Amino acid sequence: MSTLLEVSGVSVTFDGFRAINNLSFQIGNAELRAVIGPNGAGKTTFMDIVTGKTRPDEGRVIWGEKSVSLLQMSEARIAQAGIGRKFQKPTVFEDQTVQENLLMALKNKRGWLGVLFYRPSGPDLDKVEELATEIGLKDELTRKSGELSHGQKQWLEIGMLLAQEPRLLLVDEPAAGMTPQEREHTTDLLVQASKTRAVVVVEHDMEFVRRLNCKVTVLHEGSVLAEGSLDHVTSNQDVIDVYLGR
Amino acid sequence: MERSFIAKNPSVLVFLAILSLFTIAVTVLSEGFGIGVISTSFVKTLGKTLCLCLIAVAMDLVWGFTGILSLGHFAFFGLGGYMIGMWLMYERTRLIVVESLSRADIPPTPSEVVDAIGTQIFGVVGSSDFPLIWAFADSLVLQLVLVVLVPGLLALVFGWLAFRSRVTGVYLSILTQAMTLALALYLFQNDSGLRGNNGLSGLQNLPGVTASQDVVSIWFLWASALALGLGYILAAWIVSGKFGLVIRGIRDNEARVRFLGYSVEVYKLAVFTLTACIAAIAGALYYPQAGIINPEEIAPIASIYLAVWVAIGGRGRLYGAVIGAAVVSLLSTWFTGGQAPDISLGFYTIKWVDWWQVLLGVSFVLVTLFAPQGIGGLFDLWANRRHPDRHGTNLGPDDSSLREKEALE
Amino acid sequence: MLRLFLASLAILCACLTANAQETGLQPILQAHQDIIAKSSRKTIGPAIDAIAASDLPQAQVMLETWAAKDMWMRKSDGLFFAGKKAEGRSYELIDFDTGEVVGTYQKSDLKQLKPNSGIRAMIGTALVTFQLTDPNRDKRLAALQSIQRDPEAALLAPLRASIDGEPDAALKAQKQRLERLLSIGFDEDTTARVAAITDMSGDLGVDVRAALNPLVVTTRQVAVELPGNANIAAILKPGSEALTRDAAYDLLVANELAAPRVSADDIRAALAANIEGGRVGDVPVAQLDSDAKRVQAYSVLAEAGTVPAFITPADVDAALGAHVFFEVFSEPSAEVTAAAEKALERIELKVGLNQTLDLSLDAISLASIYFLAAIGLAITFGVMGVINMAHGEFIMMGAYTGYVVQQFIPDHTLSIIVAIPMAFAVTFAMGVAMERLVIRWLYARPLETLLATFGISIALQQLAKNIFGTQARPLTAPGWLDGAWVLNDVVSISYIRIAIFVLAMIFLGLFLYIMKRTRLGLEMRAVTQNPRMAGSMGINPGRVNMLTFGLGSGIAGIAGVAIGLFAKVTSDLGSDYIVQSFMTVVVGGVGNIWGALAGAGMIGGLQKGIEWMNPSNTLAAQTYMIVFIIIFIQFRPRGIIALKGRAAGD
Repeated sequence: MSTLLEVSGVSVTFDGFRAINNLSFQIGNAELRAVIGPNGAGKTTFMDIVTGKTRPDEGRVIWGEKSVSLLQMSEARIAQAGIGRKFQKPTVFEDQTVQENLLMALKNKRGWLGVLFYRPSGPDLDKVEELATEIGLKDELTRKSGELSHGQKQWLEIGMLLAQEPRLLLVDEPAAGMTPQEREHTTDLLVQASKTRAVVVVEHDMEFVRRLNCKVTVLHEGSVLAEGSLDHVTSNQDVIDVYLGR
Repeated sequence: MERSFIAKNPSVLVFLAILSLFTIAVTVLSEGFGIGVISTSFVKTLGKTLCLCLIAVAMDLVWGFTGILSLGHFAFFGLGGYMIGMWLMYERTRLIVVESLSRADIPPTPSEVVDAIGTQIFGVVGSSDFPLIWAFADSLVLQLVLVVLVPGLLALVFGWLAFRSRVTGVYLSILTQAMTLALALYLFQNDSGLRGNNGLSGLQNLPGVTASQDVVSIWFLWASALALGLGYILAAWIVSGKFGLVIRGIRDNEARVRFLGYSVEVYKLAVFTLTACIAAIAGALYYPQAGIINPEEIAPIASIYLAVWVAIGGRGRLYGAVIGAAVVSLLSTWFTGGQAPDISLGFYTIKWVDWWQVLLGVSFVLVTLFAPQGIGGLFDLWANRRHPDRHGTNLGPDDSSLREKEALE
Repeated sequence: MLRLFLASLAILCACLTANAQETGLQPILQAHQDIIAKSSRKTIGPAIDAIAASDLPQAQVMLETWAAKDMWMRKSDGLFFAGKKAEGRSYELIDFDTGEVVGTYQKSDLKQLKPNSGIRAMIGTALVTFQLTDPNRDKRLAALQSIQRDPEAALLAPLRASIDGEPDAALKAQKQRLERLLSIGFDEDTTARVAAITDMSGDLGVDVRAALNPLVVTTRQVAVELPGNANIAAILKPGSEALTRDAAYDLLVANELAAPRVSADDIRAALAANIEGGRVGDVPVAQLDSDAKRVQAYSVLAEAGTVPAFITPADVDAALGAHVFFEVFSEPSAEVTAAAEKALERIELKVGLNQTLDLSLDAISLASIYFLAAIGLAITFGVMGVINMAHGEFIMMGAYTGYVVQQFIPDHTLSIIVAIPMAFAVTFAMGVAMERLVIRWLYARPLETLLATFGISIALQQLAKNIFGTQARPLTAPGWLDGAWVLNDVVSISYIRIAIFVLAMIFLGLFLYIMKRTRLGLEMRAVTQNPRMAGSMGINPGRVNMLTFGLGSGIAGIAGVAIGLFAKVTSDLGSDYIVQSFMTVVVGGVGNIWGALAGAGMIGGLQKGIEWMNPSNTLAAQTYMIVFIIIFIQFRPRGIIALKGRAAGD
C-alpha cells in the first residue's frame, strides 16, 4: 500500500504551549483511520496543519505520489490538491439551498473567471442529485440548508466533501449530537467513502470508532501514543493511563 | 435550473421597466425635451441620483454579497470623476485659449497653446506647468480609459495588499477608510497636480457642444440611466451564477469556502476591483452633472454614507441598494435644500436644515437595530416571504454574514 | 571778546572732563555752536562726541531734548536751552545745567533746532552710552535690547566701557555676550574678531548666527581676470552644478559683458512688430505657428539688421571662455571668513543635534495627543472589540463640557479642575446609555456596530452644531500653562504639551491600575476573554460591558478637555482625530494598552519625521504616513504588540 500523506517530525508551539510535539503520521490510499485522544491531545491542530490553516514550526508534510510538500501551499491549493475537511460543528452555507451547497463543492474549475462563466450542466446536476440521494437529502434539494436538522447538516457537509472528490477526507467528530440511527447512516457513509479514498476520522465516541472497524491512532500531548486495532490500543497500558488518569 | 437568466431573476425585468419608465417620464416633463414641468437643476439632481444608485449597486455587490464593508468606494467614484474632469477642463480651456490666441498678431505655436492652458488651469495653485498625470488629458479616449484604469489599478493594488495579509472585518473597513483619507489628503495639496482644494470646475460645460444645459442634462440623465441599467444587469448576472454562490459563501463563512478549494483572496480582489470600476464609471457620469469636483468629495465620510444608503435600502439585494441610495439622497437634498416645511412646536421651531442629520443618524441606528432588512424588507412583507426563525443566530460565523432578519426562507 | 574767551574755556573743559562738573554743559555747546546750529549730519560728529564725552549727568537730558526737537537757541546770545511751550507764541526756556527756568521768550527771538533723522540716529547712539550706565536697571536693559536690534560699530566702545561698572550679574553677562557679538562684526582688529568668533562658536543663539551669517555672504561675480585683492570664496566653472552655462551667460549679460540671448518671447514680439503686408521676412503670418518657421522669419529680419542677431552656441562658448566666474565674500578679511565658516559649521552641527532633540520632543508631544485620543478606544475597541465611530464625538463632548464649565466658573484653573470630572461624568453617562441602548444588541456584529455608531456620530455632531453653533468656542488654558519651557534658542516645548504628556502618562498608569489591580479590571478581562465562562462564575457580563464602555467613553471626554485646550472646540473636533485614533490602536495591536502606546509613539514619530523631511507640507506627511501604515499592516497584521496564539482568536 503506497503512502498518500506523510507527516513527519512536526511540532507547533502556541505562546510556549506545545500543541503538537514531534508528531509523525502516515496514511495510504483507500484507508480508513480513526484518531482518538483526550482533550488537548492535538487532534484539531493536526488537521489544521494538514489543511494549511496552521503552519508548523518544524517538520515535513508530504503529499501524494509526487511527494509534494504541503507546507508552502495555501488552504485553497491544498483543498484543490485533494484534501477535504469536515469541521467539528457542521458548517454549511446556511443561506443557500442544499443544491447550491453541493454545486459549489462539486469538483470543477475553481478559478474566478471559470466560475463566473460557469452554468450548471446536465451531468453536474445529475451528479448533485446522486450525491443528495446518497446522503439522504434528495427531497430537500431546494430547501435552504439553514433549515435542516443538525444531523442533516452533518450529512450535507459530508456530501459536500464527497462532491469535492478528495483523495483524503479529514472528518472531525462526525457523530457528535446525532441520534443512533443517524450515527449508523454516518458510519455507512464513511465506510463507503473509504473504499475509494483515504479517510481520517477524529472521534471521541469509542462505540462509533468500534463500528468503523479500522486502524486507530491514539494522540496524546501532541504526539502518537499508540497505533493499531481498537482492541490493541485499548489494552495498551499507556492509553489506559491517559484515558483513566494515573 | 436550466432556465434563462431573466426567467430566474424577474426582479431585473421589473427594475429595468421602472427605470425606463422613469427616464421617459423625466424626459417628457423636462425643459429640454418636454413640457418643462421639471426644472433643469432637478433633472440634474435626478441624473446624479441615478449615478449614486449605480455606486450603491457596486457597494451592495462588495458589501451585501461579498461581506467586505469597504469604506473607500467613494474614493474610486471621485477618481473616476477626476479622470473625466481632466479631459473636460483641458479641452474646454483649450478651446477658450485657442479662441483668444487666434486674435493675436501671430498664430500661436502648439507649445504656446499648451502653456496658456496650463496657466489658465493651474494659475489658482500658483503654477503653470502640466504635471505628468495630465499627460493624456488632451485625448478623450485615453482619459475615458483612465476613468476605469486608474481606480481599478488602485483597487487592485490596495486590495491585493489588504486581502493577501488576510485583513478582514472591521480592520479592513478601517484600512479602506485610511486609504480614502490618504487619497483625500493627497489631493488637498496644491502640488498634487489636481488643483488642490480648488478641484476641477466648470465640468458641466461640454467642450464643443453648443446645446443648452436643458438638453445636456437630459443626455446625462439617459447616460446615467443606461449605465445604471447595464450595471444592474451585470451585477444581477454575477450574483445569479456560481460566482454569486461563492461570494455569498465568502460573506457568511470565509474559511469554509477556502477549504472547498476556492482562493478567497482572488475572489475578493476580483469583486473589489470590479466594483471599484463600476464606482468610477458612476463618478465619471456624476461629476459632469455636478459641475465641480474637489477633494472634499472623497472624504471618508462620503463612503460611510454610501454604506448607510445600502443598509437602509437593505443589503444583499440589488434593488434594496438602489432604493436606499435614491430615497436617502433625494430626501437629503429635500431636507437640506430648505424645501421641507419647518415644524413649529410653540417653544421651538424645528428647522429641517439643522435637524435632518440628527433624524438620519437616529433612523439609521433604528434600522440597524430593528430592521436590518431595510426598506427592501417591505417587498418581503408584500410578497409574503418570511424570515427563518433561528433564535437570533446569524447565517454564518463571519462578522459580515447575513443576519436572521436579512435572510429569507 | 567774551565769547571767544568762553569758547576757548569750553574747549579746555571738553578736554578736561573733570572740570566739566563745575563749568556745565553750556560751554561745550557754545564751543560747537556753529555746527549745532547748522545741523548737518556730516559735520555734527565732533559736537555730539564732545557732549557725550563730558560725562555730565545733564548731558543725557540735553541729548534727549535735542533729539525730541525741543532744544532752542536764544538768538540774542546763541545760548541753548530746553524749550517748553508757554502761552501764545511764546516759549519758556530752561537751562540745561541748572534746570531753572530762564524766562519766557517770543518765538521770533528763538531758533528751534530740528535735527534730521541722520543726526537723531547719531544722538541716539550717543545716548546709549548714558543709558548703558544709567542707574535704572530697566533703562540699561532697554539700551542693551536696542543695541541688539540694530548693532553698530559706534556702539562697541561705549558697550565695552560699561561692562566693568555693571553691578547686575545677569546684565553683565548679557553685556559681555553682546560685546562679543559686536566684536565679531565691528572690531577693527582682525585677530580680535577671529577671537570673538571662536569664543562664540559653541553658542546656539539665533543672534550668534545672525552675526556670523553676514560674514560668509558671497556674491557671484564675473571678470576677465581674477582680481588679486578680493576675498574669493570659490572659483566657478560654467557648466558645473554650482553654475550652469545658462546661469553663467545670464551673469555675463547682467554685467553687460555679453549681448542678451533672444528668447521665444523676444522673437514673438519682434515678429509682431515687423509684419509687413501679411508677411514677416518672407514668411506668411499664417505659417508662423511653429518655432521653426518663426526662427526662419526672425533670421531674415536679423540679417536685414532690423532686430538683434541670434546668439549662437559658439558665441556663448567664446563669451564664457573669455571670462572667469567666482564668488567673493563681502567681508574682505580671509581670516575672518574662514573662522566664521568654521564656527558656523560647528554651530550647524550643534543646531542639528538640538533640532533632533526638539523634533523628538514634538513627536512625543504629538504621540501623547494621539495616545490620549486613542486610549478610550483602546478600551472600547481594543478590549471589547467594539468599533465606536462616535468616539470622536465623545472627545468633542468633553471639550464642550469644558467650555460650558468655563462659562460658569471664570477662574481658569478652577474651571479646568471642575471640567475634568464633569467631562468624565457626561461622557461616561453618554457611553453607558449608548451601550445599553444600541451596542449591546450588536455585540456579535462589529460591522453593524460600526455603522450604527456612525449614525450616532452624525446625529451628535449635528446636535452640537445646533446647540453651540458652527463657530469655534474657546476653551482657555489657565495662565500658568501659557508659555513654553525654553531650553535654548532651538529646543523649546510649551507647558500645555508637557501637561498633556503628563496627563497621558497618568492615564496609562490609571488604566494599568484598573485593569491589573481592581475587581472591575479582573472582571473586564474575564468577560472579554470568555463571556460565557465569566457569566457562569457569577460575573454579570452586561454590567461589566456597560462599565467598560462607560470608562472608555469617560476617558475620551477627559481627553476632549485636554485637546480642547490647544485645538479649537468645534463640532467636528472629534472627526479630526478618529481615523488617527483607530490607526493608533490597529498599528499598536488590539487588546493591549502598551500596543496603543507603541502605536501612538510610532504614528507621532513618523508624522514628525516625515514633516521634518518635507517641512512645508503637513498634508503630504499625513498622506505618506497612512500609506506607510497600510504597508506596515502587511507585515504585522496584528500590530506592533500582537496577542499570540489561540487567544488572538483566528
